[in-house]
Amino acid sequence: MSQSASQPNRLTQGGQVDRTQALTFTFNGRSYTGHPGDTLASALLANGVDLVNRSFKYSRPRGIVAAGAEEPNAVVQLGATEATQVPNVRATQQALYDGLVARSTNGWPDAQRDMMRWIGKLGGPFMPPGFYYKTFMAPASMWMTYEKYIRKTAGLGRSPTQPDPDIYDHMHRHCDLLVVGAGPAGLSAALTAARAGARVLLCDEQETMGGSLLDTRETLDDQPAAQWLKTTLAALAEHDNVTLLPRTTAHGYHDHHFVTLHERRTEHLGDSAPSQAGHRQPRSRLHRVRAGQVILATGAHERPLVYANNDVPGNLLAGAVSTYIRRYGVASGHKLVLSTSNDHAYRAALDWKEAGREVVAIVDARTAPEGDLVAQAKAAGIRVITGSAVLEAKGEQRVSAARVAAIDVDAFKVTGKVETLACDTIASSGGYSPVIHLASHTGARPVWNDAIIGFVPSTVAGVAATGAARGVYPLGEVLADGVEAGANAATTLGFAASVDDATLPRVAARHEGSACALFQVPHEKATLRAPKQFVDLQNDVTAAAIDVATREGFESIEHVKRYTAMGFGTDQGKLGNINGMAVAARCLGQSIPETGTTVFRPNYTPVTFGAIVGRHCRELFDPERYTPMQAWHVARGAEFEDVGQWKRPWYYPRKRADGGLESMEEAVARECRSVREGVGILDASTLGKIDIQGPDAREFLGRIYTNKWQKLAPGRVRYGLMCGDDGMVMDDGTTSCLAENHFLMTTTTGNAAPVLEWLELWHQTEWPELEVYFNSVTDHWATMTVTGPEARKLLTDLTDIDLDREAFKFMDWREGQVAGVPARVFRISFTGELAFEINVQAHYAMHVWEALFARGEAFNLTPYGTETMHVLRAEKGFIIVGQDTDGSVTPEDLGMHWAIGYDKPFPWVGKRALTRSDTRRDGRKQLVGLKPKDPGVVLEEGAQIVFDPNHAIPMPMVGHVTSSYYSPTLESGFALAVVKGGHQRMGESVYLPMADGRVHEAEIVGTQFVDPKGERQHV
Amino acid sequence: MSNSVHVYDARADHATVTAESPLAYSYQRSGMPAPGEASGEKSRAVIGERAFLGHLILRGGAIVLDEALREVLGIGLPGRPNSLTVDADGQRSVQWLSPDEWLLIVPGDETFGLETRLRAHLGEAHVAIVDVSAGQTLIELSGEAAHEVLMKSTVYDVDPHAFTVGTGVTTLFAKTNVILRRPDESRWELIVRRSFADYVYRWLLDAGEEYGIGVARESRHESQ
Amino acid sequence: MFHIYCPYCEELREEEEFHPKGQAHIARPEEPDACNDEEWGDYLFFRDNPRGIHHEMWLHAVGCRKFFNITRNTVSYEILETYKMGEQPTITAEHLAREEKTAREEKTDSAQVAEGGQQTVGASDAAVASIKGAQA
Repeated sequence: MSQSASQPNRLTQGGQVDRTQALTFTFNGRSYTGHPGDTLASALLANGVDLVNRSFKYSRPRGIVAAGAEEPNAVVQLGATEATQVPNVRATQQALYDGLVARSTNGWPDAQRDMMRWIGKLGGPFMPPGFYYKTFMAPASMWMTYEKYIRKTAGLGRSPTQPDPDIYDHMHRHCDLLVVGAGPAGLSAALTAARAGARVLLCDEQETMGGSLLDTRETLDDQPAAQWLKTTLAALAEHDNVTLLPRTTAHGYHDHHFVTLHERRTEHLGDSAPSQAGHRQPRSRLHRVRAGQVILATGAHERPLVYANNDVPGNLLAGAVSTYIRRYGVASGHKLVLSTSNDHAYRAALDWKEAGREVVAIVDARTAPEGDLVAQAKAAGIRVITGSAVLEAKGEQRVSAARVAAIDVDAFKVTGKVETLACDTIASSGGYSPVIHLASHTGARPVWNDAIIGFVPSTVAGVAATGAARGVYPLGEVLADGVEAGANAATTLGFAASVDDATLPRVAARHEGSACALFQVPHEKATLRAPKQFVDLQNDVTAAAIDVATREGFESIEHVKRYTAMGFGTDQGKLGNINGMAVAARCLGQSIPETGTTVFRPNYTPVTFGAIVGRHCRELFDPERYTPMQAWHVARGAEFEDVGQWKRPWYYPRKRADGGLESMEEAVARECRSVREGVGILDASTLGKIDIQGPDAREFLGRIYTNKWQKLAPGRVRYGLMCGDDGMVMDDGTTSCLAENHFLMTTTTGNAAPVLEWLELWHQTEWPELEVYFNSVTDHWATMTVTGPEARKLLTDLTDIDLDREAFKFMDWREGQVAGVPARVFRISFTGELAFEINVQAHYAMHVWEALFARGEAFNLTPYGTETMHVLRAEKGFIIVGQDTDGSVTPEDLGMHWAIGYDKPFPWVGKRALTRSDTRRDGRKQLVGLKPKDPGVVLEEGAQIVFDPNHAIPMPMVGHVTSSYYSPTLESGFALAVVKGGHQRMGESVYLPMADGRVHEAEIVGTQFVDPKGERQHV
Repeated sequence: MSNSVHVYDARADHATVTAESPLAYSYQRSGMPAPGEASGEKSRAVIGERAFLGHLILRGGAIVLDEALREVLGIGLPGRPNSLTVDADGQRSVQWLSPDEWLLIVPGDETFGLETRLRAHLGEAHVAIVDVSAGQTLIELSGEAAHEVLMKSTVYDVDPHAFTVGTGVTTLFAKTNVILRRPDESRWELIVRRSFADYVYRWLLDAGEEYGIGVARESRHESQ
Repeated sequence: MFHIYCPYCEELREEEEFHPKGQAHIARPEEPDACNDEEWGDYLFFRDNPRGIHHEMWLHAVGCRKFFNITRNTVSYEILETYKMGEQPTITAEHLAREEKTAREEKTDSAQVAEGGQQTVGASDAAVASIKGAQA
């Protein structure tokens, strides 16, 4: 066979690529061509690109080893533009598209001229585990210098510095049965369960479904496997209870059969998702699957043998050699030596020879191999060297020869004379490891199986491994195993299913000789002195490193893993873990089951942040809650403050005379003066509102609030304080008696949902006998607070409610029309001024709000925001729960004895705790006012308070500032604070040492700075 | 009926008072892409608001409420959890929300009359009836990709085979919660809280983008 | 991500709809004022943290808004049962220990529950009996 000039390793026939179309791509700045059907890896091999990366620690040249998810070396950085950079892409899993741009991820400044070689040399021929710390930590001060460069050279790619142009999303899926892997086992299982009527989801990580059927030499019903595959996929597609997800990796298996899948929807089409019919479509999608049962048909990974210089480009897995030939029409070299411990790997030599390339020799560790494939190889005239193995690869940038000798596997010794075979490719196979990663995520411990020389998953209810994933390898048995797994799952789910042999395709029986357990190949030199024998290629862990780790006392495999970094990172030990356990077991003189294995963690392969985030980003990152007046606030140029998820107007800056915009201080000062001298209006719709109905509503209020509710008459409103049963203040608000069995409770904005839950908690768990119901009406009512000396005048013409001070007293509520809309009006005040809180159904909020402003023009009605609200309430000493309290403050600490009904008959929530020794002790932090000695000073909220500023550091801290503002009314800064024993220290000075060295002095005063007698709200 | 509970008709005269639906600001801010407009082809998902309906929360024992409802409205409480009953002309519905809680949706101008008649019929029974009409709104979702839009948004199983007609649940929707129900084969209904309505609207437009989602300008109810 | 059967909604729902509320069956003392500080402190602050069977209170927050209880294995995360507020669990650590003992005597394999050793906490048989007694 000849080959294409531009793709020296591309065969003229074979494989599933479309040779009639050329795709151009760029790797490390050089342009190449490939074909539709290629992966980036197959196209690179076709073009004879040997070196795809530098290794992580030793900076050794590395080439492609595998053909699937287990590839440790060809991890590339993808992206033609800065915004579309994607790190951590396995070239073996990336479909080729026209214009693809990729780079090696390791090697700085680039893979050819490489800084790491210099660092690698420092470590000498062998860089021991813990090298960086041992070498660079002394002197410790120098670490900072080295670190910058080491960090730059480390890592497997980088994130883009520009915003991602693509969109991503999530999909929640539910199914009876999730089948992971669409190879022969998975397909059989899925079809069996689907026919029984189960809702089946079948996902597969490859571009095409089929798994091992895509490159098998075997036939089904005497047809090429592709034929059966096509028929089976068509049969599955016909079932409307089946969903097929190709290009979809199950990357994490969580509790109760919750599995996350990463679907790469457009990654095979281009750098960025193409639009479809003019609409953007998600580049990739995370499926969150809740399954009734799960079948893991995840196949097996071939294990490489561990021999010296087994990392030089040109060393491949035997199965990968076959896959590249049979699926992609690529032979990755010319002269092959195969080193194997089993029959199955002979396929590589047969495929290689059929591709017209030279098989130098098959080196088989077994003394008397005897299976059908062995016979075929011999019949084809291939030299088979038995009882031997490749000890060492020669060559730097590419394999140039294999050193082969007879070995004694059990004695771990080279027994024969070394023969050097010239070759450019060494394929190795040490057997197969079932892919048990997902099973491991469930917590199922792997169980060693001597018969297959590998770990299989232990049993977990609802999860079944099938086919190669549980160590069943012959194709005929795999198909039967899949059918059985599918039928079992369907039966467990309550569907009638049977294992019908007639549905199984006929597979020619094949005799396979037994494999031998070979992991690390002995070398003439001891492991510590032999050339590097790599166990974990991605993390650069050698057999010698594991040897050293065990010598240094790391006996647990979990410790060996952490000391050497074996199985870390995105690789998760796919190729290396079992070999690593075996090396550790040999060094420790114990068996592999005794040594055990480490557990694989999610994610199986990397998932992009885009897919993890989905559409929970940018303006949809978190809900923004709006009041019905949001449009008005925006139009008025309000600055907003986040209060929980609510957007609340913070202040409304106006244009100044000079054309500039008011600062916050200026706006707040103006707003404050308007309320104290004229009239202002606040959108208070965000306050929580809970409708309480039932004959026991009053009793319930008495139990949940600290104060008394027995005598509150309809038409009246009362302030209430709520504590946890630990006696600490948790919320406050007003509650109105609407009727004898009907109350309306208000809560703080942020606590609306927690307070409703709190009421339900007590009702449902402690006092279910009380007849009362709670319902949130927060969003139903819009609330606008009209407050200031002119408030009554403003409202008079707008309402039919009698606003006379005697007819409508402070802490009364009335109903009537406001601006033609039915309203409830509450005469309560959070500013200390005359105030009316108007509640209307939210549909009419804008109507009423605008009517108020139309009428308010004559009164210079001023909208004010939360900052002004805070200043005004603090001037009155009104607390904000969560700002002036922090979960460690009792009503007594706040000086609110008047709100505690110690003599109420029922032991209300919080009462008992208020007489505990701790809540009764002296020296508790108590809420006080602080008046800075310098009126120009506004103390910092959170600033620590001391009694003696001359005390040596650390000074005893006796409290902190909870609220602090500048008061335009007082023309001074003022603050609320908690201070140890503060209530007994009125008039004393305290000190606030600041980070910049200044020390502020302040006087402890009462908490009511404005109108301490509270007369203004009664006018 | 005793006066132990305060019953108040807070609905204004829509002829003289400007009423704004919970999505009024959203239409202004995010627009209303017309169905099929964007690409000239049919939208595979369409949303539309049915504003100003009457929403009443009923709390109490199932037996007494069921009897009152049959008497007053001619439909009974749904017997099973997570289910929905709709009257003959599809204008009135009652949905199970919890063992002692149901959501009643009726034309807006029937709300207060219905509450009054129910209370009269219930007498002194321990129940609660709460008008939440202005606190939430109803968004209809239809089109062949409607359930896919929902799959992107809610953890609940919305496979049309699993979420059958007559099902109604309270569940998560993106990062808020909604009442989700399926009154007939062709439509889904989302009942969202007023303050979260803009978030849900923007989410729906975003999640529906790949299906060419459009917004029906006239609600089914108003156009009749 | 748990899949939790809500005994009120009578179906399995996603964990995201629920809030965990800590150990179940913590009864508030009938007469708080009769408790000494230590007793009151125990009620407020002290909770079990068993390896094995644990009875927990959860809230179907985004759903029916009802509180209910879950019996959960804190090792395997398996939810063994859920039951309504006011009801008692049918599966307890003592119950499982008894089953395990019986199974051992019968020399059958019930290693699943035996591993790690269940602790007796929360709603133990004794506690259940005393509560039932109090209710009767």
